[in-house]
Amino acid sequence: MLSGSKSALVTRRQFVAAGVAGGAAVAIGCNATDRGNWEFLTVDQSRTLAAICDQIVPADDFPAASQAGVPDYIDRQLIRHYRRYQDEYRRGLEQAEALSRSRFGRELASLPARQQLEIVAALEQQKPEFFALVRNHTMEGYYGSPRHGGNRDAVSWKMLGLPEPPLLGRAQYDLGKGESQ
Amino acid sequence: MKRVNAVVVGAGAAGGIVAKELAVAGLSVVLLERGKWYTAADCRKDDLRNQRTTVLGNAFGPEDEGTPRVWVDAQGATHTVLASEGGYNNNAACVGGGTLSYGAQAWRYMPQDFRMRSTYGAPAGSSLEDWPISYDDLEPFYEQAEYEIGVSGDDSGTPFRGPRRRPLPMPPLPPGREFSVLEPAAKRLGLHPFHIPMARNSVPYNGRGPCMRCRWCVGFACEVDAKNGSQNTVIPVALNTGNCELRTGCMAKEILTDERGRARGVAYFDERGRLREQWSDIVVVSGCATESARLLLNSTSGLFPYGLGNRYDQVGRHLQGHHYTGALGYFDFETYDDIGPGATIAISDYNHGTPDLCGGGMLANEFIRLPIHMVDRLPPGTPRWGLAHKQAMRHWHKRTIVIMGPTQQIPTADARVTVDPAVRDKWGLPVCRFSGNVHPHTFEIGEVQARRAEAWLKEAGAIHTSLMAGKPTIVSAGQHQAGTCRMGNDPRTSVVNKTCQVHDVDNLFVIDSSVHVTNGGFNPVLTIMAVAYYASAALVREWKGTGFRS
Ligand SMILES: Cc1cc2nc3c(=O)[nH]c(=O)nc-3n(C[C@H](O)[C@H](O)[C@H](O)COP(=O)(O)OP(=O)(O)OC[C@H]3O[C@@H](n4cnc5c(N)ncnc54)[C@H](O)[C@@H]3O)c2cc1C
Ligand code: SF4
Repeated sequence: MLSGSKSALVTRRQFVAAGVAGGAAVAIGCNATDRGNWEFLTVDQSRTLAAICDQIVPADDFPAASQAGVPDYIDRQLIRHYRRYQDEYRRGLEQAEALSRSRFGRELASLPARQQLEIVAALEQQKPEFFALVRNHTMEGYYGSPRHGGNRDAVSWKMLGLPEPPLLGRAQYDLGKGESQ
Repeated sequence: MKRVNAVVVGAGAAGGIVAKELAVAGLSVVLLERGKWYTAADCRKDDLRNQRTTVLGNAFGPEDEGTPRVWVDAQGATHTVLASEGGYNNNAACVGGGTLSYGAQAWRYMPQDFRMRSTYGAPAGSSLEDWPISYDDLEPFYEQAEYEIGVSGDDSGTPFRGPRRRPLPMPPLPPGREFSVLEPAAKRLGLHPFHIPMARNSVPYNGRGPCMRCRWCVGFACEVDAKNGSQNTVIPVALNTGNCELRTGCMAKEILTDERGRARGVAYFDERGRLREQWSDIVVVSGCATESARLLLNSTSGLFPYGLGNRYDQVGRHLQGHHYTGALGYFDFETYDDIGPGATIAISDYNHGTPDLCGGGMLANEFIRLPIHMVDRLPPGTPRWGLAHKQAMRHWHKRTIVIMGPTQQIPTADARVTVDPAVRDKWGLPVCRFSGNVHPHTFEIGEVQARRAEAWLKEAGAIHTSLMAGKPTIVSAGQHQAGTCRMGNDPRTSVVNKTCQVHDVDNLFVIDSSVHVTNGGFNPVLTIMAVAYYASAALVREWKGTGFRS
């Protein structure tokens, strides 16, 4: 189960990466209802979502949201704890695409990062409720527990200098002396 | 089903103690708990789903499905909420109740906290009142709680506390980095900092080992069982007597009464949803302030058309919790050492004695700092997302300290729990409905407390600070919920007498946070426990062997 879902993640990640790099070439025969390996999102929606998430937590020395599995986290919760937000996501992602197409004539995921940022900033202005939802869910996926599909390999915790696995059992050591991490 | 001496509803802080005290005294007891009994295997540390951070649900109950509540906002509009949402005012639903996953701060209230009205006078519009019992009445039972549940810490550094006959049974855990930053600063300000008393093993105690100081304490169960709640102390003792049967997954529906108006048992839904009756000589309600009020209000009959104990429309009133305020300090050096349990240092200099303020509260450093909490606690002006946010996370996560505290709320009769006329839970029972607010003077005190927290942080070297002092428009009772079945001598203004016996039903007791007249400027659980020991002792004293007669 675990290794199965992991390989699925790799496929998705490659797909997203291809989307960023390949622009229009990405329209490889998937239609509006194709779910690929996603539980709730369609492949198209997942690309849009990943692009938004990656502006909320962009890559620097540490991975971007989608590389840390944030869209997986959101996708999973949309058929679990966040079932109640399914419509908001369907509508919101569509609106994000509409913004992208009307301003740049192209799919959000195929735009260069600067233009993606512009669209996401416009989304925050025009659809503040949906944006707030994605923003919060992205933070949860990036900074929350790895067990829900996000924060892959505890990457954000490592970024913050929190050891993973955590150093439990420290009561046995004299913390005043010796190495502190 | 065999008739027993006592049914206790709720296996939480108070219910566990009552069950143990009665069972040890030889009474046969059935302890009903709607939630589960979690074991070490259930103690996973999940930043998104625990009892404090509930974005993906409550780890220790209730579940979101079929357990709604309703709150009424200041404009009179109603909102239905899920159990993991803020307006729900949840504590917990499991064996141990809140004490399975709590932070375990184990405070004694101060002597003045039991006579707030005599000390300050009641602000107009408030229902500030004295308790009918004093600190001195409770002192031996505070001690019993400290020793039987197990408390570590050292409050000898503060003159602002009631007298104690014995020191705490365990020393404090070694201080963390925040302690060493905050302690000298507090002393420079002329304050009296000390080690917070905690229901947590700092050394082996009661057959269990000490805390190993992990990152995930408040809101989580403890996988090494070093945190002391009713589930690993008094409840096992109760079960070991052979006199107590714990039934989990059992939701009390109503308290049954006979034609003379005495309690004769409890009707409840068992774990398979079947309606059952357990008959008993006495009934003890220990479901925590919101649910205990609901159970009484849902127990209607010809003799009690408005519910039990509610002849004078008192059940559910004076709902209160704590008004948490404080400040965040940002430092140019690392203050966070990632060593649990978190909160270590407190002052109680500001609980009483400020001219023009009716009380105050304790101030302490914050319990826990998960990355997900930090996301919304970056310095004011930091963008809420994007590269700058991510970099700020990296910069500030280990360079902040939060100081805050539970400002004692000034209660009102209008802040209350009723039962909703329309919304039902999955058992078909009318659900809790919250309305009203605490007295506005509460927020003035909270504001002053926040500035004091800020001053402490600045003295400790904070380079920026920001205040955390909201002004909720509806009563926020939450985990520290209390007050809904007030203890008092006058049946027209209270629900139970000073030994927690319901005024007009002599074999019915409410023993839990509900009976608190006021809620102190401290986390409430040790007082809930002390009152449970105190009321149980009175009950056992009055017990005649064949039935209860007062
Ligand atoms: C995360 C967290 C941290 C906390 N930290 C602290 C702290 O540091 N210090 C402190 O003093 N306090 C703390 N508290 C609060 C403390 O846990 C509560 O004040 C205390 O548990 C209340 O005790 P109680 O006996 O009134 O109710 P509870 O402990 O809540 O027990 C009530 C029990 O009754 C059960 N019940 C209710 N209705 C029914 C019914 N109809 N049928 C069957 N069962 C029912 C519930 O499921 C529950 O298990 C914390 C709480 C939480 C959740
Ligand atoms: S900090 Fe200590 S008491 Fe708390 S959960 Fe961790 S090990 Fe247990």
